[in-house]
Amino acid sequence: MLSEQERKEIEAHSRHYPDHRSACIEALKIVQRYRGWVSDEGIKDVADALQMAPAELEGVATFYNMIFRKPVGRHVILLCDSVSCWIMGGERLREHLHTRLGIGLGETSADGSFTLLPNVCLGACDHAPVMMIGDALYQDLDPARIDEILDRHAQHSLSQEEKKEKREPADGNTADP
Amino acid sequence: METPLTRNISPGKNPPDLARYEKAGGYAALRKALRMSPDDIMEEVKEANLRGRGGAGFPTAKKWSFVPMGENAPHPKYLICNADEMEPGTFKDRLLLEGDPHQLLEGMIISGYAIQADIGYIFLRWAYKLAAERLERAIGEAYRQGYLGRNILGTEYSLELHLHVSAGRYMCGEETALLNALEGKRANPRAKPPYPQVSGLWGKPTVVNNVETLCNVSHIVNHGSGWFKSLSRSGDGGTKLYGVSGRVKKPGLWELPMGTPIREILEGHAGGMRDGYRFRGLLPGGASTDFLIADHFDTAMDFDSMQAAGSRLGTGTMIILDDRTCPVGMLRNLEHFFAQESCGWCTPCWSGLSWIEQILQDLEEGEGLSSDLERLQAHARLLGPGHTFCALAPGAAEPLQSGLKYFRDDFERHVHEKRCPWR
Repeated sequence: MLSEQERKEIEAHSRHYPDHRSACIEALKIVQRYRGWVSDEGIKDVADALQMAPAELEGVATFYNMIFRKPVGRHVILLCDSVSCWIMGGERLREHLHTRLGIGLGETSADGSFTLLPNVCLGACDHAPVMMIGDALYQDLDPARIDEILDRHAQHSLSQEEKKEKREPADGNTADP
Repeated sequence: METPLTRNISPGKNPPDLARYEKAGGYAALRKALRMSPDDIMEEVKEANLRGRGGAGFPTAKKWSFVPMGENAPHPKYLICNADEMEPGTFKDRLLLEGDPHQLLEGMIISGYAIQADIGYIFLRWAYKLAAERLERAIGEAYRQGYLGRNILGTEYSLELHLHVSAGRYMCGEETALLNALEGKRANPRAKPPYPQVSGLWGKPTVVNNVETLCNVSHIVNHGSGWFKSLSRSGDGGTKLYGVSGRVKKPGLWELPMGTPIREILEGHAGGMRDGYRFRGLLPGGASTDFLIADHFDTAMDFDSMQAAGSRLGTGTMIILDDRTCPVGMLRNLEHFFAQESCGWCTPCWSGLSWIEQILQDLEEGEGLSSDLERLQAHARLLGPGHTFCALAPGAAEPLQSGLKYFRDDFERHVHEKRCPWR
């Protein structure tokens, strides 16, 4: 069942379109925001609310890169693997993340802190290599800077275990949590 | 040199709010436009020779001209801003969205009026969080001030505008796939005809324009087509946001006259190659454009000149290949992207691209055959225009076919040495 809050947000968004099924992608994102990922139950909840067949919604959910159909960690690291970042040493960063977190692409660290995903071009190529964690974009990366960022996220997780990750930067793209 | 698109933008600082945007002359163009007829605006934009900045370079006024007008035209009509910037190596629309959201809104309202659109959507990629925040705020301000909503500035014209944040897929940038995405479906492309201008979103007349294209419109209305053409160093009107990424001294983004030659951008603005690196090639406008080499440095970065040189202007943000980066590895990275992002609708695309990726991987890992080069060439032909619904596959073929041409020796070395010489 959708929570009251989920239902309210989905209904508000549906009003932007003449056909309510247009809101299904936003609805999946809303469910994901509250539940961390979109389970089979999440698919059914949204499908019921928008009067769509679950199978049809499943086809939509799996099409888009940012709808997670598997559980993810508290922080999702999106490492750009497109051409400018690759030229600027993106593979070295990937190796570093593998070693540091002990996980491969698509995996979640044993303590549930981090999920590592490759991502297509993040549109900050003059500051390559880049990655996103949550809503924050991190640019001009090297292994030392990655360590610093991950340390801060790990501390942040410990101190605010239950608090949802909040968008910090009022401005600029490189703010930390 | 005039830089109308970026005049209000200071990177790292907050964008102008409504008051500051108005103080800088903002929304004067909208007031002027609403006193003109839609035909007059279309004529001015046509005279200005504004060509679409999303990559294809289609004349904007011509695109608008196919929309049914007059009392018998079907309604609602839609205007969509394509802000799904996801072409690898491209980071230009981000600047405009984050830096001056009202400039985009004003351009959209005027363009909407020109085609008599009832509803507008900004189709934004999910990764642009800051842009989403700033656009939401600007849309709210514009509604409160009467620039959006019913009877804009007391006229008969009304426009409703919404922000639609996508969930990430390169295909969404293709205009007919974008329509499916907005309708809440998988972003597969649609057959053309019918063209979106006649039967687009929910079967209604629809125009899809790129962010940078729409941002130009208020300036054309304000200062006229003659002024707009005078900004350019080529037949295409206006300025262009040019970018450079890769191993250059100062990667970045600059608003320059349309038609600025490669050399000025690469050696002047980007400062040339970093010490210890030599230039080998460049993709002039994102991942889906053909390689060019040093022989092309004096070519103007405009639509026609780039085409004559065997490539495309694309998004105008160039990616530089240096001598310490393997060209085959770079192609493998590019084709991996296209193979992954193919929507699976057309066989030459989903099947062909996986084969190409596999062959390039074999070459990189020292398992390539000399016949692989011909095989890649054949695949590039099969992906070419006319074999698929949309331009994803032909786009993927562009760096491949030109890479095979300009870096053939490097491909052959991979085969003969049975390894990647750069590893």
